[in-house]
Amino acid sequence: MHPGSAHTVKAFDEDLNQLRGVISEMGGLAEQAIREAMRSLAQRDLEAARRVVEEDARLDALEAEAERQVVQLIALRAPMADDLREAIAALKIAGVVERIGDYAKNIAKRVPALERGGSTEPLSLLPEMARITTEMVHDVLDAFVERDKDKAARVCERDRAVDDFYNSIFRALLTFMMEDPQSITRSTHLLFVAKNLERIGDHATNIAEMVYFAATGDRLTERPRGNDPVASQ
Amino acid sequence: MRARIRRRYAAERRFKWLGFAAVALSVGFLAFLLVSMASRGLGGFVETRVKLNIDFAASDLFLDPATLKGEGAEAALAAADIEGTVAAAAEKQFGPGGAAIVSEAAWLRVREAIREKPETLAGKTEFWLPSSSAFDTAAKSDGDPPSEAAYAKLNAAGGVSRGFNWSFLGGSDATDPTAVGIWGALKGSLLTMLVTIGLAFPIGVLSAVYLEEYAPRNRWTDLIEVSINNLAAVPSIIFGLLGLAVFLNVMHLPRSASLVGGLTLALMTMPVIVIAGRNAIKSVPPSIRDAALGVGASKVQVVFHHVLPLALPGILTGTIIGMARALGETAPLLMIGMRAFIATPPSGISEPATVLPVQIFLWSDEVSRGFVEKTSAAIIVLLVFLLAMNGLAIYLRNKFERRW
Amino acid sequence: MTQVNPLQTPPAPDHAAGDDLKIRAKGVNVFYGDKQAVKDVSLDIGTEHVTAFIGPSGCGKSTFLRTLNRMNDTIAGARIEGRIELDGEDIYAPAMDVVQLRARVGMVFQKPNPFPKSIYDNVAYGPRIHGLARGKAPLDEIVEKSLRRAGLWDEVKDRLSESGTALSGGQQQRLCIARAIAVDPEVILMDEPASALDPIATAKIEELIHELRGRYAIVIVTHNMQQAARVSQRTAFFHLGELVEYGGTSQIFTNPRVPRTQDYITGRYG
Repeated sequence: MHPGSAHTVKAFDEDLNQLRGVISEMGGLAEQAIREAMRSLAQRDLEAARRVVEEDARLDALEAEAERQVVQLIALRAPMADDLREAIAALKIAGVVERIGDYAKNIAKRVPALERGGSTEPLSLLPEMARITTEMVHDVLDAFVERDKDKAARVCERDRAVDDFYNSIFRALLTFMMEDPQSITRSTHLLFVAKNLERIGDHATNIAEMVYFAATGDRLTERPRGNDPVASQ
Repeated sequence: MRARIRRRYAAERRFKWLGFAAVALSVGFLAFLLVSMASRGLGGFVETRVKLNIDFAASDLFLDPATLKGEGAEAALAAADIEGTVAAAAEKQFGPGGAAIVSEAAWLRVREAIREKPETLAGKTEFWLPSSSAFDTAAKSDGDPPSEAAYAKLNAAGGVSRGFNWSFLGGSDATDPTAVGIWGALKGSLLTMLVTIGLAFPIGVLSAVYLEEYAPRNRWTDLIEVSINNLAAVPSIIFGLLGLAVFLNVMHLPRSASLVGGLTLALMTMPVIVIAGRNAIKSVPPSIRDAALGVGASKVQVVFHHVLPLALPGILTGTIIGMARALGETAPLLMIGMRAFIATPPSGISEPATVLPVQIFLWSDEVSRGFVEKTSAAIIVLLVFLLAMNGLAIYLRNKFERRW
Repeated sequence: MTQVNPLQTPPAPDHAAGDDLKIRAKGVNVFYGDKQAVKDVSLDIGTEHVTAFIGPSGCGKSTFLRTLNRMNDTIAGARIEGRIELDGEDIYAPAMDVVQLRARVGMVFQKPNPFPKSIYDNVAYGPRIHGLARGKAPLDEIVEKSLRRAGLWDEVKDRLSESGTALSGGQQQRLCIARAIAVDPEVILMDEPASALDPIATAKIEELIHELRGRYAIVIVTHNMQQAARVSQRTAFFHLGELVEYGGTSQIFTNPRVPRTQDYITGRYG
């Protein structure tokens, strides 16, 4: 459906734009949180990690704000059809982005635990995985604001790569832990970090499905998945 | 700014006073008319009577009381010279020329008295009889010197009285102003009005219904509308000519009859009713019609169950206006001959008759002084009749007025 | 008095079919003189579901509604082409009696228009002229039944001889509905029945429509989209004389297929 034409009541458009703005802002904060968390992990920057944990409060506040705006929009504007779907999608997306922020916070919290101890292992995969997931979050929220269903569908495809990354890291870390029992603590933390990133990717895909529904009114067909690590054992 | 406000107030006050002055002027004219009519006409309702003693036993009257109880009563009464007896008694009582004091029609009263009580023939009776015209005008202080003298003399002796002139209301046209009555003309007016309304109302209302509800909107109906509007403004005397030409000369209807008068006036009144009817029907809101149609009423049912009852007040108003005009019309009725001297009230619509305005016109032409006050009295009767008719119509209209 | 729960009602099929079909319109065009007000409209109306016509002013929805009981016949210069069937019979055939048709297909108007008669006479007028009741007792019964069905009986049962115009606006409209019901119609057409009423009176009319659903085929024209969404199970969107989309109400209002429909219901129209 076309996003372009304006409502006769201009204030309705303003309300919708404001809501989209809140969602975009949340997306920006979430991206930044993931980036900062990974950077602080790589550089062992405790201060940066602490900041990420603090900044999460802002994301929570924005989620509450988004919820408030959606309820107001439904009560006062009685949105129909695509406007209604967009409002409901915005509500759900806000919740999901808030959880993404929580995952980033979780990563940041593990930095002090990883600071102690030995040398870094070849985890060049982690930064790359983080990069892809950050991009996914960025793109899917752009797709929401632009109501671009194709962009949303493409985000889903990238999750396959993220899943593959996760599987590789999982096996690598298992091997590592079997070889060097000293590194189990560290490796477990890193495993959790990888898991968090993988979950962020899944959430981005969820958001993509919501964006697709808001734009078209239909469900996105089964998204392509990577190999299920549990099943492949 | 304040000057503007002051000027505006001043202008409004001026306007208000202008309006008031206009109303006052109109009321003034009306009051003048009523007062002058009343002052001149009320006297016509008053009858001067003189006391006359008639000694039947001693008179020349050949009348056997016994015959008055049987079938030959009327013939016997007609044969007896009651008039002569009364004249003789007057001469005896009032001296030479005394018969001139008593009204020429006074003997009729005596006859009535005899018919009711034949025993009066046995002896002497005192009658209060209407006086003659000259005496009557003298009594109302407007007459010639000899009558004035006679009146003064009789009045001093207590032989004069005044009473309500019932014969004015009950009698018909006559040559003697004291014997004249308005009932003939009144009945003629009534019959004419009945014929008029009996024809004009149904035809007018049904025409209005057809033109508003059924007729298509095209050049022909526009032409009809214009024609009807013009007809309402045509001078009434032309209708008189029409009546003369068609009803009398072609159809040979009885001349001077209420029927013909009614027909002519119906022609004149119908356009007024059609116009009022159309406007009244137009003013019924279409929502009522839609509601009735929606429930499944046919066109006829819509018109007769809903439109006409709501339009009735307007139609009745138009009818009042039309009938009031018709009641006062003189010219067309003169043309069709309702100007004759009719001595007995008409018994039906095909009998010769006259109407109130024509009667007034004829009396106003008379020479005798007595007719002046009779004319004004007749005008008063006409006004009362008009008021009564209007009152009835307004009552009917208010009864049918519904709030919606 | 159960409120129909739109979330639990199964969605209405897109087209009335089989036993449920009451009115079928095919290729209807309406002209006022040279101006065409309705262009090639075809749709079906059933008894089981309330049908709503929505659309901007002048889109032809009221005009089309009035063709269903031939009220356009009263307008000079109105010309109708196409076929409209009531229970399979062509209502514009010469053999069809318009008066009988209007008893079978009743109408309620935008501005309440009770007759300037008593409440009793308002409701009794229809049955009287159609000869539906012989005698006072059957007529009383019909009046009571109609007023009960219209939800007005309790409010007026003690004052049936009062004038119909003395009631409030909402009561007058329910009286008009009772009047329409009294002739036992098969279809009730409502042309913006609540647009002149306050919200509470409107709610009562909407509740009334819920109760009448299924007994009569109801078609309602409305400007108010929320009302159409609340009250109907099938909605037809008219625009510039054409039927743009016709389908289940929840589908039309959550995911319309035609862009013009979406523009209108989201307020982007114009």
